[in-house]
Amino acid sequence: MESQIAEITQHTGGVIGVSWLMIAFPLLGAFILLVFNRFTNRWGHLLGVAMSLASFVVAVLAFFELIGFGEEARRRAVHLFEFIPGMPGEPPMVDMGLLIDPLSISFALLITGVGSLIHIYSIGYMSHDEHRRRFFAYLNLFVAAMLLLVLADNYVGLFIGWEGVGLASYLLIGFWQFKPSAAVAAKKAFVVNRVGDFGLLVGMFVIWTTFGTLAFKDLAAQTSGVENGTTLAIGLLLLLGACGKSAQLPLQSWLLDAMEGPTPVSALIHAATMVTAGVYLVVRSGAFFFHEGSGAALAVAIVGAATLLAGAIIGCAKDDIKKGLAGSTMSQIGYMMLGAGLGPAGYAFAIGHLITHGFFKADMFLGAGSVMHGMNDEVDMRKYGALRKVMPVTFITFFIGYLAIIGFPLLSGYFTKDGIIETAVHHQPVLGWLAVLGAGITGFYMSRMVFMTFFGQKRWADDAHPHESPAVMTWPLIILSIGSIFLGGYLILSNTLMLFLSPAVGRPAELPEFHFTSVPGLATLALVAVGAAFAWMRYGRVEVPAVQPRGNFLTTFARRDLYGDALNESLFMRPGQWLTRIAVFFDNRGVDGLVNGLAAGIGGSSGRLRRIQTGFARTYALSILIGAALLTGALLLVGNI
Amino acid sequence: MSPWLPILMAVPVVGAIVVALLPKGSDKLAKQVTLAVSLLVLVLTGVMAAGFKPSGERFQFTAAYDWIPSFGVKFGVGVDGVALVLIALSVVLVPIVVLASWHDADGVKTADGTLITPKRSVKTYFSLLLVLETMMIGVFAATDIFLFYVFFEAMLIPMYFMIGSYGGAQRSYAAVKFLLYSLFGGLLMLVAVIGLYVVAGSKTFMFPELVGAIQDPTTQKWLFGGFFIAFAIKAPLWPVHTWLPDAAAQAPAGAAVLLVGVLDKVGTFGMLRFCLELFPDAAKAFTMPIVVLAVISIIYGAIVAIGQTDMKRLIAYTSISHFGFIVLGVFAMSATAQSGAALYMVNHGFATGALFLAAGFLIARRGSPFIGDYGGVQKVAPLLAGFFLVAGLAGLSLPGLSSFVSEFMVMIGTYSSAAHGSGALTVAAVIAALAVILAAVYILWMIQRAMNGPTAEPVKLFKDLNAREVWVLAPLIALIIGFGFFPKPLLDVINPSVHQTLTNVQVPTSTIAEKGTGQ
Repeated sequence: MESQIAEITQHTGGVIGVSWLMIAFPLLGAFILLVFNRFTNRWGHLLGVAMSLASFVVAVLAFFELIGFGEEARRRAVHLFEFIPGMPGEPPMVDMGLLIDPLSISFALLITGVGSLIHIYSIGYMSHDEHRRRFFAYLNLFVAAMLLLVLADNYVGLFIGWEGVGLASYLLIGFWQFKPSAAVAAKKAFVVNRVGDFGLLVGMFVIWTTFGTLAFKDLAAQTSGVENGTTLAIGLLLLLGACGKSAQLPLQSWLLDAMEGPTPVSALIHAATMVTAGVYLVVRSGAFFFHEGSGAALAVAIVGAATLLAGAIIGCAKDDIKKGLAGSTMSQIGYMMLGAGLGPAGYAFAIGHLITHGFFKADMFLGAGSVMHGMNDEVDMRKYGALRKVMPVTFITFFIGYLAIIGFPLLSGYFTKDGIIETAVHHQPVLGWLAVLGAGITGFYMSRMVFMTFFGQKRWADDAHPHESPAVMTWPLIILSIGSIFLGGYLILSNTLMLFLSPAVGRPAELPEFHFTSVPGLATLALVAVGAAFAWMRYGRVEVPAVQPRGNFLTTFARRDLYGDALNESLFMRPGQWLTRIAVFFDNRGVDGLVNGLAAGIGGSSGRLRRIQTGFARTYALSILIGAALLTGALLLVGNI
Repeated sequence: MSPWLPILMAVPVVGAIVVALLPKGSDKLAKQVTLAVSLLVLVLTGVMAAGFKPSGERFQFTAAYDWIPSFGVKFGVGVDGVALVLIALSVVLVPIVVLASWHDADGVKTADGTLITPKRSVKTYFSLLLVLETMMIGVFAATDIFLFYVFFEAMLIPMYFMIGSYGGAQRSYAAVKFLLYSLFGGLLMLVAVIGLYVVAGSKTFMFPELVGAIQDPTTQKWLFGGFFIAFAIKAPLWPVHTWLPDAAAQAPAGAAVLLVGVLDKVGTFGMLRFCLELFPDAAKAFTMPIVVLAVISIIYGAIVAIGQTDMKRLIAYTSISHFGFIVLGVFAMSATAQSGAALYMVNHGFATGALFLAAGFLIARRGSPFIGDYGGVQKVAPLLAGFFLVAGLAGLSLPGLSSFVSEFMVMIGTYSSAAHGSGALTVAAVIAALAVILAAVYILWMIQRAMNGPTAEPVKLFKDLNAREVWVLAPLIALIIGFGFFPKPLLDVINPSVHQTLTNVQVPTSTIAEKGTGQ
């Protein structure tokens, strides 16, 4: 099946030849905004938007240039510069270049397209923040790093982007760093991500040692398509990296805390783009290390299935609208990972779901932001209710996003999620049916969110005067919701996306046909309906208590994020703290004490040590004298003088 | 005979004499002269470096004058790629340190308004700085091992006074501890130097002529030991590291930068050049124990750094971790790792220099090195916090910043090193890679406590960086980012030199030979 993957050709000229501009524009934006600082306060946000849009334009032009090539020639490598040179007379260890192919350009369009909408939205959302300029600098930095991640033609370049988005995420989660909770969440996100990065790093060591290259092009020529112990190990290490960035079990704990950042950040980074980097990594490495039916691919699918359930369960218990959406993000990325673990048959659906999710989840996150904007930054859905009348645009767009995510027939999410489920049921029945169950839970918790926020009775705080957001915020919502309606059908129905992606990732021998009445599909719809009905009974029909009721142990389990934090704390943090304390004590007393004692012993006593401190010059002179005497003595001994 | 290196070494000394002879009360002039001299040295070095041919002779700009003819001691100088980049590092750091230390010798105002002046005068401090610069250039440029030893020891003197006379409250203790450790190491090296001279029997101390002179494995091991222990103390490597946190914490920030950024590199530089090339068999025999010590340093330094409450001590411990990486790279017997180690020496100088100086600016505003005395600096001094963050990120080797390239090369080279079959070095590289997680903890936790959160009461009065302070940090940050994306200019100079070293040690010098065998 890998034979359908096209070879990579070197490319110069045209828009693709200058595709580095995609990265350069936002990078320049970040640079100007950070270096020229407060001088750019007045127009900084406009520059940020312009740079993001410029990048989008380049991506669109590059896309059209790319589809101008025949299918077999749609993988274009652009050489940039020699990054790490080799030993004299040897080829460079790492050459930096970009790979423009259907996979990377799909990401680039999503990142710059949705990213630009989020930039525009942020003009309104952050209009009252005195540090809005800095916010746009970080957004630009993020876009640049994310583009490097997906466009780089080698693992080192990918890794630079990978950690670059980690940095941008750190800066943006901690944007309101004066809040201790935000500062802690930012640090946590970075550290947990670094655990994943460790995996990716060691994965690169093994790749380099085994294949002698870190470039995708050379790897394609070297990997055999057969799994052995080494490629399994590489696959699992890369999966660890993917788990960190994509908030998959067991490295999921940072994502919920990451909601401390301003809401557009959650939309851009923690829904539409960055958290999908893990999916990108798996799909990009698919032909090398995640062969269809291999152990590594199975591990990816299992992680995906487990996380899609875990995220959904967490989503059920959250009263904070953003944390509810964060749980759902975990869950939806779980679906993508499941799809990515199914090989070429699942890639197109995984990427398709990634794209549609980018639209409907960004739509809902920004919708949540719009709600918060009108509600004095309140995030507790128990203090919402009946907002559909005062925020009609926000409501309608959010509702479309909601229908898309639960997989309401004919909307975007319906096609892409169903594609994953069908393929999974076919290849990995157990995981596939778990995904069906997860869809039912999604129906419940997303309906709960909509009912608590937009329906029922007002439960507003006394000083809340909800109002619709300004046009600069609602227009992005409208555009995103249009994508949430139509994109899925367009990408999936006639296998448009699968055919487009196949030069980069391959495709199954037989193209799938979309069945509206398949058994798993109908079961999914039925379960979603049950979930939504159940939510209506609990949160729509009856009044929602304004104070969180005590739940049973299951509810508590979900509210506490399945005890993920407690587990980390008892397994890593507490032992780590003890280890640190012991090490510090040992260093001060043990090592130092021993050496000081030795020194004092040689010097005679600690009193002597103190005396040395006072009459130092003399001692020093003496020791040099002794040294000189020794030297002379030795030379005399040789008798060569 | 090229006059370049003698000139480079002479200019700072002349400057130092001029500064010392300035009349009393002309402190400002002393500072200006020092800055001008150090900038002149920087320019001269730049011009010289431009004439360096990476593909040419190993040692370039060589010069040798008879010094003690009866013992064959020469004033022999010359640079290979590694020495050149380290000299460049030194001469870049000196003017930055001069500018950063502008008020460090002026004395400190205590809370009740009294001015505590240091033991020695302002102009002495700057004069010492210039003397130190000559010695830093000399120690890397020396091709005569006896001359190297002289600089190695003599460097202690200005640093001893800079710590002991201008440092913090515990300065005497720290200065003496620093000196005792170094002297002990120096003594061992002296014995080894003499031993080398005697056993080789060729009546010369010139390094190029001594390569390959010692063939007997046992002799090699003894002499190697003498050199290695001296360098391990200097570097410093666990368990002889405890002098560094004390010295770095008590030294004025500028002196700490030169101490950790340059002086300690003499240790790792010495290992790379002398331990490996003079005693190749011993180096190979001792590889595993040294790799173990290096890995312990990496992890231990990082863990102890996490637990520090004093900013400067924390940075010192991170350096112990980083020196572990350098030593690992030097002894992994891999071209990639060793180039990475040499590059790491330079990058670490910039990264830790920036972090020390930013911390120094912070401490100067509050008079306390304790992290817990700060909080919320970001809100009142965003520029300071921003520079501190970038320097910190370089400390945790964020990709895109210079330290990442070197750390990556060390780890990937160690992992793939063919030197010891596969097992041990592979494990060492994986354990070392754990430090990327620990580094995130020690840097970001410090930043969280000092820079984020609600602004502490005394911090509210902080002024942001002034122009002088920006000029101190900006060049370093620019270098960190520039070499982060484009390390080629440095590696093009370093690689041929490493190639030569590994040829002398008789291990594969090809990055290609290290790879492509596993499948």
